[in-house]
Amino acid sequence: MKKISPRAFLPLAIFLVLVVFLAIGLRLNPRELPSTLIDQPAPDFLLPQLGQPNQTFSPRAMRGQEWLLNVWGSWCVACGQEHPTLVAFARQQVLPIVGLNYKDGHEAATDWLKRLGDPYQLTAVDADGRIGIDYGVYGAPETFLIDREGIIRHKYIGPLTPELIEQDLLPRLQQLRAPAAP
Amino acid sequence: MTLELGHFALIVALLVCCVQAVLALVGAQRAHAGMMATARPASWAQFGCLVLAWCCLTWAFVQSDFSSLLVAQHSSSQTPLIYRITGVWGNHEGSLLLWSLSLSGWTVAVALFSRRLPQAFTARVLGVLGAINAGFLAFLLFTSNPFLRLLPPALEGHDLNPLLQDPGMIIHPPLLYMGYVGFSVAFAFALAALLAGRFDAAWARWSRPWTLVAWLFLTAGIAVGSGWAYYELGWGGWWFWDPVENASFMPWLLGTALLHSLAVTEKRGAFRSWTVLLAIGAFSLSLLGTFLVRSGVVTSVHAFASDPSRGLFILGLLVAVIGVSLTVFALRAGSLGGGGRFALLSRDTSLLINNVLLAVATSAVLLGTLYPLFIDALGMGKLSVGPPYFEAVFVPLIAPVMVLMVIGPFVRWKSDTARRLLRTLWLVVLGALVLAGVLAACMGMDNVSPAAFGGLLLAAWIASASAQLLWQRLRAPGRIAAGWWGMWLAHFGLAVFILGVTVVKSGGQDLDMRMRVGQQAELAGYTFVLLDEKPYRGPNYTAFTARIAVYLDDQRQHLLAELVPEKRIYHARQMPMTEAAIDIGILRDVYVSLGERLEDGEWVVSLHYRPLISWLWAGCALMGLGALVAVLDRRYRRQRSPSPQTGAAA
Repeated sequence: MKKISPRAFLPLAIFLVLVVFLAIGLRLNPRELPSTLIDQPAPDFLLPQLGQPNQTFSPRAMRGQEWLLNVWGSWCVACGQEHPTLVAFARQQVLPIVGLNYKDGHEAATDWLKRLGDPYQLTAVDADGRIGIDYGVYGAPETFLIDREGIIRHKYIGPLTPELIEQDLLPRLQQLRAPAAP
Repeated sequence: MTLELGHFALIVALLVCCVQAVLALVGAQRAHAGMMATARPASWAQFGCLVLAWCCLTWAFVQSDFSSLLVAQHSSSQTPLIYRITGVWGNHEGSLLLWSLSLSGWTVAVALFSRRLPQAFTARVLGVLGAINAGFLAFLLFTSNPFLRLLPPALEGHDLNPLLQDPGMIIHPPLLYMGYVGFSVAFAFALAALLAGRFDAAWARWSRPWTLVAWLFLTAGIAVGSGWAYYELGWGGWWFWDPVENASFMPWLLGTALLHSLAVTEKRGAFRSWTVLLAIGAFSLSLLGTFLVRSGVVTSVHAFASDPSRGLFILGLLVAVIGVSLTVFALRAGSLGGGGRFALLSRDTSLLINNVLLAVATSAVLLGTLYPLFIDALGMGKLSVGPPYFEAVFVPLIAPVMVLMVIGPFVRWKSDTARRLLRTLWLVVLGALVLAGVLAACMGMDNVSPAAFGGLLLAAWIASASAQLLWQRLRAPGRIAAGWWGMWLAHFGLAVFILGVTVVKSGGQDLDMRMRVGQQAELAGYTFVLLDEKPYRGPNYTAFTARIAVYLDDQRQHLLAELVPEKRIYHARQMPMTEAAIDIGILRDVYVSLGERLEDGEWVVSLHYRPLISWLWAGCALMGLGALVAVLDRRYRRQRSPSPQTGAAA
């Protein structure tokens, strides 16, 4: 009557394997997406500037200082949420912010900056999204923290918030600037 | 004071549940009648405590008591009364309280309707249910207390998430939870039977109505949720294979298998360990669903913010409930005993195949849902699994189920002959082919892709078989049991559902347009004209409404309807929401929603044409109705205690 077959333990075994994965899963954040570009040189490009199509911009021009590359578009709702934060942050002049106007219309973009304020030192125009591909952009806004050697140090996906700047961006920046003394 | 009273009631409920679990289970093991007799009053006591706690929390919401953390976070003084009441379960803590309350409700129902069952059996069932609820109450009290104070009190609350301020959201979670939690009864029955070592037709018969009711709630809950997504999210979709949707769909699939397996166990005494495993599985997947939603291990549109301690606690709960039950299963499965023998060609076989396929389909959904987690946990990168996977994997697995499910009722129990079966089936095949041809012709041959034709054929096949089955049964002598009608309705409902899905998927049309006032757009033969737009103020939002006239012709002669979609901005969260306007019809929906408002009154308008989408909901309604009719079958109310191993209810 009481025979125990090993087969009967199969559901339990499967469940336990599942539990191990769920336990590991608890420590992970599914929303945090790594970028293969981190600690890699920022991909180079040459793009016209918004408002001054005759002038171009290349990341090389920013060598020697830390800077932010902020990918935005006037079509992007989250960029609108982020914008006041960027404008306020730019006023503190902590580091230069360069805009990458991503898959946008020229007029819409100019008008957007006129209406909401322009936090950018300049804005490069990536109308067809070609450069966005190099940077692995899959949704705006995204913000890259790039160091004085032109290496991408961090990537923020989604809107920057005052808290994020205070608690994450500024410490990172400090770290980048600290060992530069010797 | 109200909050403290609620908090106190919750603590008492936890203690009562612990007492109930220990006394009832130990009492049953020792055959101690006095200890077992505590189970019923304890069920009532915990239910009373939880109702009290629920009322306290609701009162705090209704009164907009912003000294309650939960109220301040999820309600505001501007929130309309109805959403202040439903806001109680529009958040993590409240929805868990709802979970616990509905489990308690089921426990009381079992206590009430189990007078004819043996005392030891009832005590074990109530003991198991009490233990589960003790786990959830501990989870509530230790990690997610809904009764926390906020000092000093907030002046104004954050308002309920605007997505949840909708009539669909009033009923969707309670229905879904009643379904999820309802499977706990079948689970408790299975576990009680394992503990007692008693498996017979009577056990299966006792489980069946409970499982049916749980399945009914779950069906209704999923359908309402899907309908809510359809009109509230504003892009005309109705199912997204989102992890949280899957979390409700998996117990449904396995619950469906369980219903059928219980039928075999009752009539033929077969598949016992399989049935027990399905009962454990269906409830385990309900728990897993709760874990997925509440812990944030998977990304989902439903994700509530969550913290890891909660996830860890639910995982512990999961291990305790599922781990213990599967261990008991492993130790006792050998003593379940085999059932009656059956031939290869028999109703038993067809049900077994369908059951296995349903279980495999459930696993496929589970794999797709957890795959991103597996890959991430193994450090192999981040990815997401979307509808293409589910459609490519799930459809081929579920299609044979649908082919077989209508053959089953024609086949005899135990053994049948191919010749007898073929005599019936050729007519069904013929009917299906003709019907599918007619349907394809109605849709216009050019629009029917091979996949769409496959869908039509499936729907036609089920419909044709249902017609034949009805014809046969009506000609046969004898009263037709309610259970039979239930089966027939649910199967036929699936045909209606598949037809709806197929036609919506292949014939649906969408158009996103920039429109100015006076401008027109055309889609699926309809002409849409933006008549005007105007701002207005709601109770807790400001909105734009646009009037869009829909004409049947491009000359603007025959007006079909004037649709008034809205775009709202809710004050407290500055969150934009779109309220779609839909002209609902039997044969098609015309669906309009507002996107962004561009400068100078230009709108991005989203137009959708959805043929036969009402059939999708109608199909779900028929399936639910089938379950309801089956529950009302007389034999579930019969007084006589059946002896084991008899197929008494033929």
